Amino acid sequence: MKPIESNPPQETRDSRQQLTDPSAAREINVNVLRRRLLMGSAAVGIGGVTVAAIHDGELGAPAQTIRGSVPWQQGTADAPPGVSGAGYIFFTPTEVAFVDAAVGRLIPQDPVGPGGVEAGVTFFLDRQLAGKFGQGDHFYLGGPWPKGTAEQGYQSRFTPAQLYRAAVAAIDKLVSSTFSATAFSALPAEDQDKVLKGLESGAVTLGGGVDSKTFFAMLLQNTKEGYFSDPIYGGNKEMGAWKMIGFPGAHYDYKEWVTRHGERVPYPTVSFKGRPGWREI
Amino acid sequence: MATTLKPVDAVVVGFGWTGAIMAQELSEAGLDVLALERGPWRDTATDFATGFAQDELRYMWRHHLFQNVSDDTLTIRNNLSQDALPMRHLGAFLLGTGVGSGGVHWNGQIWRFLPSDFQTKSHNEKRYGKKSASDYDLTVQDWGTTYDELEPFYDQFDKLCGTSGKAGNLKGKLQPGGNPFEGPRSNEYPTPPMIQTYAPTLFGKAATELGRHPFPHPTGNLSQAYTNPLGAQIAACTYCGFCEKFGCGNYSKASPQTTILPSLMRKGNFTLKTECEVLRVELTPDRKRATGVTYVNSAGEEFFQPAEMVILSAYVLQNVRLLLLSGIGKPYDPKTGEGVVGKNYAYQTMSSVNVFFDDKILNPFIGAGAMATVIDDFNGDNFDHGGLGFIGGAYIAGMVTGGRPIEMIYTPTGTPAWGLEWKHAAAKNYLRSFSLSVHGSCMSHRGNYLDLDPTYRDVHGRPMLRMTFDFTENEHRMSDYLTDRAAEVAKAMNPREIKLNRRTGSFNVTPYQTTHNTGGAIMGDNPNVSVVNKYLQSWDVPNVFSMGSGAFPQNAGYNPTATVAALAYHSAHEIRARYLKSPGPLVQV
Repeated sequence: MKPIESNPPQETRDSRQQLTDPSAAREINVNVLRRRLLMGSAAVGIGGVTVAAIHDGELGAPAQTIRGSVPWQQGTADAPPGVSGAGYIFFTPTEVAFVDAAVGRLIPQDPVGPGGVEAGVTFFLDRQLAGKFGQGDHFYLGGPWPKGTAEQGYQSRFTPAQLYRAAVAAIDKLVSSTFSATAFSALPAEDQDKVLKGLESGAVTLGGGVDSKTFFAMLLQNTKEGYFSDPIYGGNKEMGAWKMIGFPGAHYDYKEWVTRHGERVPYPTVSFKGRPGWREI
Repeated sequence: MATTLKPVDAVVVGFGWTGAIMAQELSEAGLDVLALERGPWRDTATDFATGFAQDELRYMWRHHLFQNVSDDTLTIRNNLSQDALPMRHLGAFLLGTGVGSGGVHWNGQIWRFLPSDFQTKSHNEKRYGKKSASDYDLTVQDWGTTYDELEPFYDQFDKLCGTSGKAGNLKGKLQPGGNPFEGPRSNEYPTPPMIQTYAPTLFGKAATELGRHPFPHPTGNLSQAYTNPLGAQIAACTYCGFCEKFGCGNYSKASPQTTILPSLMRKGNFTLKTECEVLRVELTPDRKRATGVTYVNSAGEEFFQPAEMVILSAYVLQNVRLLLLSGIGKPYDPKTGEGVVGKNYAYQTMSSVNVFFDDKILNPFIGAGAMATVIDDFNGDNFDHGGLGFIGGAYIAGMVTGGRPIEMIYTPTGTPAWGLEWKHAAAKNYLRSFSLSVHGSCMSHRGNYLDLDPTYRDVHGRPMLRMTFDFTENEHRMSDYLTDRAAEVAKAMNPREIKLNRRTGSFNVTPYQTTHNTGGAIMGDNPNVSVVNKYLQSWDVPNVFSMGSGAFPQNAGYNPTATVAALAYHSAHEIRARYLKSPGPLVQV
């Protein structure tokens, strides 16, 4: 997983978008559809009917013809793609140092509530970037790639994983050329904030094909995701961020409390893992 | 080479709300109906069970139920002088896919448009003068139908969903507790309104003090258990606060899955094929009749499906694209104003006001998709626009759809987006703040339209759809005026402070606004100004019907789903009553 090029390879995806010759388009089509086939694993279900593998919002499930009944199978559920294990899969040690430092400034630790690092955001980001999100699974990345206006949003050719890899290297490079430190993580907190603010406003220009505002927006968004998402994804350790704000987790029945205006709901904070019926994958 | 399949009576392209409605109605009439859906099968127990449905990261931020744009998206620009670029990641709107589509992950906000909304051009011209409907290069039109014509079909959709609400106007007689501005209803709502949580209750009190007319938001998240005319059972909502962007694990939200599919899927004359994407509608050489559709399945196999009728029931953006790709109707040209397909694309003009208390625990996580108290005093033409310099309006809702912490933490004006100050503001305000939603209309404009992109192509080699859109001066003026009216109610609640989130600048594809895209396949009373007639039948190819919000000549200040459904039922009714006996144009000009 680790060796992801900061310059993305020219995939078939990149070239196929600009084809105008219809016969060539058909040829490319076959490749794409082969990819879909490989991704979609058909399973034979009850009564010998071929049913879709559990579908995780991704492309590539096999086509189904449904007639006369509902294709439902006992004991199947589209369970959430939680994470497991310890240690880092995607990040290099240098990157871990950067992310720990940055996340620690975006959400610092203090008695009010956990900091981003303490909540496990670095581990969350690692698993996100090692997984489908990192691969740009729900991003269109075909070219051409002009910069676009501010209103046109994400226009990078990078997947999120490629963007993080390139951005961390570019920021450390910038730091070593403008401060007397070897890396962002070695800067004092005030200087780290200065760099982060420069990225946020776009005042800082980065090399390596990275747009500073684009990267900062993604880093901040992903950091808040790791801080506030269900702990099955590796962040929000012990539901500390939920406890800090008073969100009791994803309970699914509040009927009793609808009319009890202004009262604190005394329910214990719960993760999916704390619920009856939770099953480790 | 495409394999030709056995002909069917009707092929339904896209299987969300309108696809399910049309398939139900046409199969009920005895037709052999085939629905083709690009995405996967989805059912409550498997795909959004209560054990894991309330997952903000997976559904909202990782787009689990939404269209995966990695091999097909659209391109967007603000105006003709720019190059359109792909929406590389869903943002401003969250497109559906799969069985049920947006009907799975909507909020369940069920509105009827005002009678005057169907006569946007003639009504405003009559009251405010000729210029009012064409100022700022607006291109608003009348719909070619009326509220009265659609009322029975709004009623039919209410009965399908079991809509919870309180009527404000029953057969012309005003009712206490409902919306006094609404068009006359033939029946009370099938179920009573939801019980209001704290924040909407505070909003209602403040609005009453100001002399406004608050009422509970009509909703497809049901206040009590209900069995609909198709025998489908819908459960009482548990106020879990995960509706929009999520499937309902509790069978409490009206969706194709909870209202139609239990009946439709058992019919012997209905077939659904999933993971089958329609590439184009095929026409006879004279282009006056559709012969069927060509589609490709996820194995890459191409098929020609012959059909007597083609129902385009994909989302508005796909429907318009299919019309353009198939050569049905004349494409709109913004430079000359000629042509109709792609014309009058519009959206929804959203703003909000955040309210912060010190002394009130609001428990925002107790919510539902339409958990709100609303005022409609400043929507459509419910108020005098004389001298205001705009047409249209908005409803203002004290709304708590939930308290999902990644999306819905409000911090006061001046709070940075990160750092200790942000964290402290989040910790302090999460339980004590909420948002007033200003849900505004969007008029059509000469320069806002849809066509095919000249550069970007999808995985099948087809041109992507290109959207050219920006908010006009009319919309900015309307939104500023309405946001000020919302701020009045917010202040009357005596909070510590409020924050105005005005609709400023150009349309931006990144922050989520709303998935209420409209126009491009607009309806009207003649083929020179519209793509379809009032029965959503193509003027050019009469055995093609184009469903959905694409038919809206401009967008009113309400959520579109009930109007989309009413138009579909209206169309289905006419097809069953007249078209099947004598296929041909249902409106002569």
